[in-house]
Amino acid sequence: MSPLTTSQAIPPSAAFSTAAHTSAQQLLFEQADRAGLGDIAQKVIRSERLTYDDGIALYENADLFAVGALANHVRERLHGDATYFNVNQHINYTNLCNRLCKFCAFQRLPGQDGAYLMTPEDAAEKITEQLDQPVTEVHVVGGVWPKLDYNYYLDLLRAIKAARPDIHIKGFTMVEIDEIVKQAKKPIADVLAELKEAGLDSCPGGGAEVFSESVRQATYPQKMPGTRWLEVARAVHKADLFSNCTMLHGHVDTPADRVDHLIKLRELQDDSLAKPGGHLQAYIPLSFHPDNSEMAHIEGPTALDELREIAVSRLLLDNIPHIKAYWILMDIPTAQTALSFGANDVDGTVVEEKIYHEAGATTPQEVQREELVHWIEDAGRVPVERNTTYRAIGDAKGRFETSIN
Amino acid sequence: MQAQVQTDQHPQPPSDWRPRAATAARLGPHATELARIADKVRAAERICGDEALILHEHADIVLLGELANLVRLRHNPNPVVTYVVDRNINPYNACITDCGFCAFYAKPKSNRTYVLDREEIMDKVAETAALGGRQVLMQGGHHPTIKSDWWCDLIQEIGSRFPQINCHTLSAPELEHFERIERRPVEEIIKDLAQAGWGSLPGGGAEMLVERVRKIIAPKKTTTDRWLEIHRKVHEAGLRSSATMMYGNVETAAERIEHFVRLRELQDETGGLTAFACWNTQPEGVPEEHLYPRKSTPGLYLRTQSVARIYMDNIRHMQTSYVTQGIKMAQISLRFGCDDFGGTMLEENVVSAAGCSNLQAIDDLERVIERAGYTPIQRNSWYGIADERYDAPAVDPSRWPNSREEAAYHQAAGRASLSLVPEPSPSHTVFPEADRRGPGAALSKPISEIQA
Repeated sequence: MSPLTTSQAIPPSAAFSTAAHTSAQQLLFEQADRAGLGDIAQKVIRSERLTYDDGIALYENADLFAVGALANHVRERLHGDATYFNVNQHINYTNLCNRLCKFCAFQRLPGQDGAYLMTPEDAAEKITEQLDQPVTEVHVVGGVWPKLDYNYYLDLLRAIKAARPDIHIKGFTMVEIDEIVKQAKKPIADVLAELKEAGLDSCPGGGAEVFSESVRQATYPQKMPGTRWLEVARAVHKADLFSNCTMLHGHVDTPADRVDHLIKLRELQDDSLAKPGGHLQAYIPLSFHPDNSEMAHIEGPTALDELREIAVSRLLLDNIPHIKAYWILMDIPTAQTALSFGANDVDGTVVEEKIYHEAGATTPQEVQREELVHWIEDAGRVPVERNTTYRAIGDAKGRFETSIN
Repeated sequence: MQAQVQTDQHPQPPSDWRPRAATAARLGPHATELARIADKVRAAERICGDEALILHEHADIVLLGELANLVRLRHNPNPVVTYVVDRNINPYNACITDCGFCAFYAKPKSNRTYVLDREEIMDKVAETAALGGRQVLMQGGHHPTIKSDWWCDLIQEIGSRFPQINCHTLSAPELEHFERIERRPVEEIIKDLAQAGWGSLPGGGAEMLVERVRKIIAPKKTTTDRWLEIHRKVHEAGLRSSATMMYGNVETAAERIEHFVRLRELQDETGGLTAFACWNTQPEGVPEEHLYPRKSTPGLYLRTQSVARIYMDNIRHMQTSYVTQGIKMAQISLRFGCDDFGGTMLEENVVSAAGCSNLQAIDDLERVIERAGYTPIQRNSWYGIADERYDAPAVDPSRWPNSREEAAYHQAAGRASLSLVPEPSPSHTVFPEADRRGPGAALSKPISEIQA
C-alpha cells in the first residue's frame, strides 16, 4: 500500500459533501491569504509540493493560526480525525556512549555515576515484567559503545523475542546501525539481514539531529554526518525495513537548517518509495531539552515553537504519512493542541523511558492507555490504537460514527 | 438582554461531554453556521449565547484561537502581556460552607484549623514588598466568628505600612457571610472595608454561576444572583473586581455559556470587571472526590477560555491560569485570547525554596511571554503598569490606572463600560513574533511605543 493512502481506520472525507469541501477550502485560502500565505495555500489545497522558500516563509510567518490551519487541512485530508497511539515499552540497553554530543544528558562513560549496561538477559527480564500488559512494540535504543561486539546486538534481539515472540522490535537508530556494521566487519546489507533474522522488525528515527554540517561540527562532532545517516537509512529501507525519522530542534539550528533537513528527508522518502522495500513511516520533531546537558545555557523550544515545528513539517513532508507529537517529550497540553496543528500520532504508553527523563522531561513514566484515549478525545479526535506499522487494533470506527454529529 | 441558553437540550451527563469531531467543524452540518458566526466576530459584532454555544460545541480550536486572538487585539492591541507580583495569604482556614471540591478548608471544630497572627501576616506582606510585590490576595474560609472589622484592621495596617501593596482581598461569598453573621447590609460592610483601604475584590467563589450546578457542588454557598449583586454593589462603591469560573464538574456545555451570559450582563451594566479567568475542577484529594468526574484535559481549557474571550466582549482582560494549567498551556493560551499571566504567587516559592528562586520564577515567566512574541509588563491590581522598566507617569490613567480611584473613574462618570474607551480599530494584523530563537526582543521599549 502506498503510504499516502489515507488512514484505513477512518474514511476522513467520505462522510462529507463535495460542497462542504469546496467551501472549507475557500475559507482556508482566505485565512491564509490574509496572512500572506495565499500562494502556499493554493499549493496545499491542490496537493502540490512546497519549495525550500515556502518552508522558510512558513517558519517566519507571524500568523501561527494560518500556518496551523494549512497543516490541519493536510492532516485531515490524510487521516480525518484519526489519532494514533500504541502500547509500547522502551528499553535503553546502555547509556555508555563515546559520541559526547553536547545536547545529551543521558550519555555516560565507564566509571561515571549511573553508567550501566544491560545484558541480553536484563533486557529480556524487562520484557517479561510487562507480559501481562497489552504491549505490542518495544523501542530499543542505547548509547554507541564500540566495546560491545556484534553478537551482543544479535543476542539482545534474540533474548527479547524469546521473552515475547509476538512483540515488534523497533530497534537501533541509524547511528547504532552504523556502529554495529563496524563491529560486524561485514557489508551493511548482510548485517541488516542478520539483525532481521535475530528479531529486528523496524528502526526508530533518532540520531538524525540536524543534518547541517556546521551545526554538527559545533554540537556533536563525533556523531556521523547527515549524509551518512541518510545512507544508512537508504540501506535499511532497501533491506525491507520500515523506519521513522526525526529532527532535534531548538538549540543552535536556524529555520534554514530545519527546512534543509526536512527536504533531505523528503528526498530520501522519494527514493525509498520508488524502490521495493521499506520507507519512512513517521516524522517526529524532537525538542531540545537543555537541563543537565552541556548546552544548559540554551533555552530550548517553547510550546508555541513546538506547535510550529509540527505544522511546518506536516506541510513540507508531503510524502511521509504520519507526523508524531511525542507527548512524553512535548507534554500533554502541547501534544494535545498539536493534534490540530498537523500531528496525527502521539506515540504510546511508553514504559521505561530514560533518555528524556535524564534531561528533565517531567511527564509521568507510565500513563494508562485510558488516559491517552481521554485526552485525544478531548481534542475532538478519534483515538486509534495501532501497531508499529499503523494498522488499527480494535474498533475505532464505531466510536467515530457516534462522535460525528 | 440575551435569551437564556436552554440547558435541558443537553441532557447527557457532563462527564461524557466531548468536543465534536474536529473535521466536522469545517465539513459537517454546522460548518456554514460556524462560518457565519466567525464572520460576525470578525466584523466586531456581538454574538448571542446560542452562538457561543455553537462555537463551544462545534468549532475546532484553530478557529477559536483565531477569533479569540482578534477579540484580544481589539481590547489590547499592544503586544504586551501583563502579570502582577503578588502573594496569596490565607489568614485562616475554618469554614462552615463544606464545599466538596475544596481541599483547603477545615471544619471549625477540627484540629486542623488555624488563624495566622497579625505579625505572621505582616511578615508575609513585608516579604512580598521586598520582592517588588504590588498585591496580596487574601482570602479565608467562612469563619464562624471572624468579622469584617478584623479585616478592616488588617487592611488598614497593611495600607499604612506598605502603601504600594493593594489588598486584593476577600470574595463575594465571604462578604455575604459577614452580612449574615454581622446582621447588617453588605453595602455597609463594603463601605467600611473601602474606608479601611481595600482596593479590589477577587472573583473567587463564582464556581459555576448556575443554580442547578451550585445546588450540587456548593449548596451552602452564595447563590448566583447574590454573587452578581455583591459584585455590582462593589462596583457601585467605586471598586473594581474580577471574575472567575471553575468548570469541569457537573455542568453542561450550555451551563458554561450561561455563566458567561450572566457575567456579560453584569459588565454591560457596571463595567466594573477587570478580568476573567477560568480553570478546571481539580478533583484529586478533595472531600467529595468520588462525586466528581475525571479531571478534564488541557484541550477543554483552551476551548472554554477561547469562547470566554470571544463571547465576553466587554471584559478587557483575560487571565491565563498557569498554576492549574502549567506553563506550557499558559503560553499557548496567550495566542488563544489571554493577555495576562495572573499573579506570581510568591507564597508557593517562599515556602518551598529560599533566596532568589522567586526571581528565577519571574524570569521563567517572562521568558515564556517573550518567546511567545510579547513584552512582559508588571502591573497593579487594576491592570495599570507597575513596572520600573517603563515610564509610569506618562501612562494614560484611563487605560492604565495607578490606583483604585483612577480605576473607578470611568465607571463613576456615567456608568459607561470601561471597555468603551476608544481603541484603535481592529484589523487582521497579528503581532510580529519576537525572533523565535533569540532572546526576547522587545523588553526595553519606551512606554510611548507600548501605548501607540
